Amino acid sequence: MTLIDVKDVWFSYNNKNMALNGVSLMIESGETIALIGQNGGGKTTLAKHFNGLLRPTRGQVLVRGSDTTEVPANKLALTVGYVFQNPSHQIFSSKVWDEVAFGPKNAGLKPEEIEERTEAAIAAVGLKGFEQTHPYDLDYGKMKLLTIASIISIRPEVYCLDEPTTGQDHQGRRRVAELMRSLNNAGATVIAITHDMRFVAEVAERVILLAGGKIVADGETRQIFEKTNILEGAQIRPPQITQLARALTDCGVPPNLMTVREMATSISTMIRR
Amino acid sequence: MPTGDVAVAVEGLTYSYPGHLPVLHEINLRVTKGEMFGIIGPNGAGKSTLCKALNGLVPHFYGGTYGGSVTVAGLDTMRQTVAELSLKVGLVFQEPTNQFSGVSARVDEEVAFGMSMMGFQRDEMLDRIRESLKQVGLEGLEDRSPFELSGGQQQRLAIATILAVRPEIIVMDEPTAQLDPVGKTEVLETMRALNREGYTIIVAEHEIEELATFADRIIALNEGRIVSVGSTRDVLTEVDELKKIGVDPPSVTELSHLISEGAKLSSDQYPITLDGAIGLYRKLVRGGRVQ
Repeated sequence: MTLIDVKDVWFSYNNKNMALNGVSLMIESGETIALIGQNGGGKTTLAKHFNGLLRPTRGQVLVRGSDTTEVPANKLALTVGYVFQNPSHQIFSSKVWDEVAFGPKNAGLKPEEIEERTEAAIAAVGLKGFEQTHPYDLDYGKMKLLTIASIISIRPEVYCLDEPTTGQDHQGRRRVAELMRSLNNAGATVIAITHDMRFVAEVAERVILLAGGKIVADGETRQIFEKTNILEGAQIRPPQITQLARALTDCGVPPNLMTVREMATSISTMIRR
Repeated sequence: MPTGDVAVAVEGLTYSYPGHLPVLHEINLRVTKGEMFGIIGPNGAGKSTLCKALNGLVPHFYGGTYGGSVTVAGLDTMRQTVAELSLKVGLVFQEPTNQFSGVSARVDEEVAFGMSMMGFQRDEMLDRIRESLKQVGLEGLEDRSPFELSGGQQQRLAIATILAVRPEIIVMDEPTAQLDPVGKTEVLETMRALNREGYTIIVAEHEIEELATFADRIIALNEGRIVSVGSTRDVLTEVDELKKIGVDPPSVTELSHLISEGAKLSSDQYPITLDGAIGLYRKLVRGGRVQ
């Protein structure tokens, strides 16, 4: 059964302007997806439909076959976890441990299970030793990791992360990328809303580009980065390496390279020849 | 070493916030008038604190333990109030809304707010509002609410409120960190334009690939110490040193470092911008050795 099935969804916040204009897509278990596009394009609005934070004005969203309008939000949250862009919109406990323990507690799990999951989630994001710290005493990067840990402890099938690298330094970005990969390796589906194309190239197998509340491109990351016209129309610049590869196609460099390592391999072989 | 008039001179600056260990150790730094100067480093490296030391918020507002000296536009920050310093050096924060007064219903009122605190005459204020909004490309939006603007527009408004005071030096603490790509481009373009007009600009920034295209010099900080300082190209081509402190150099620079052995490249040949890279790699893959 399809994990998330979005069927011709329209959505309006105010009954006047449409924020989503007929979006359809399917997400299968185990995918890593980047939702990209300019602000106001509908990324966050769409992602909030995946776990019932928003319900379609028209159309239907099915999660594991169940209509999100018919499943209570707290139950959907066990399947689809949502990490907000702004940590302060999510954090409400006065200790790191309590923040991470809240989800499993709320799900009515046994105390031993709550403890085990909380400990494991804190370890997974590298916050061991900070259990008793007040979340607001953490630096921004760690606060962001805490918000991810508080979803990991719920052990959802799907993680939706809203701009996980915004405001982070390079190390923070790398840590989030590694975390996403390890969650995905453990079987989770990971969806990230992001503006960071280097990050997209590193973590996402599939890219969905939204503009004006519509999907304007949906496909394998490498293929999407080749769609020069569509990207330019959406004011998106692919990673610097892809731009370089494109400029060197007349020298025989494949135009769809995405990472430094790929480009290094390609150029090294050409020099040796 | 740069020659020309000194805009900023930091000598032996060591600083700790009250009750904490030092966050800056023995910082020595000179910025020349008209320079575009970048500050890079991981979070917690001391970038923000250094920015705040340049307009006197450190130590006047934060207190703490302070050693060494900071001279900005000829003024010793220890001997001046923050208000006096703000006429010479403006500080732009990461979050533009933190900078807004919160009481202005219109963009032009927001620009007027800072000036009215400083006792400017009305005609003079009107002139300056017009000029500073033009400098950041917000003319025509005078009657909009600051909170209706896009992120990039808000950050440009924050810059305009500082320009209205006509400082010599503008310090920006990660001004693009919270913005989307369109907003980032708007703010970076504004920075570039102001620098061309002659303003000295000092900016803490994580967007290294952008910084590479317009900064004259860069300082790299880690754990409150200077790791490297020099021309943008000298600092950004120290790939291993930057990676060690968790800073990613531009992708094209990292690429050169990776293939440097096979391609017989020395670090002074590494490109730091896309345009530079296209030229270099074109020669390389066409079989010519790089001279």
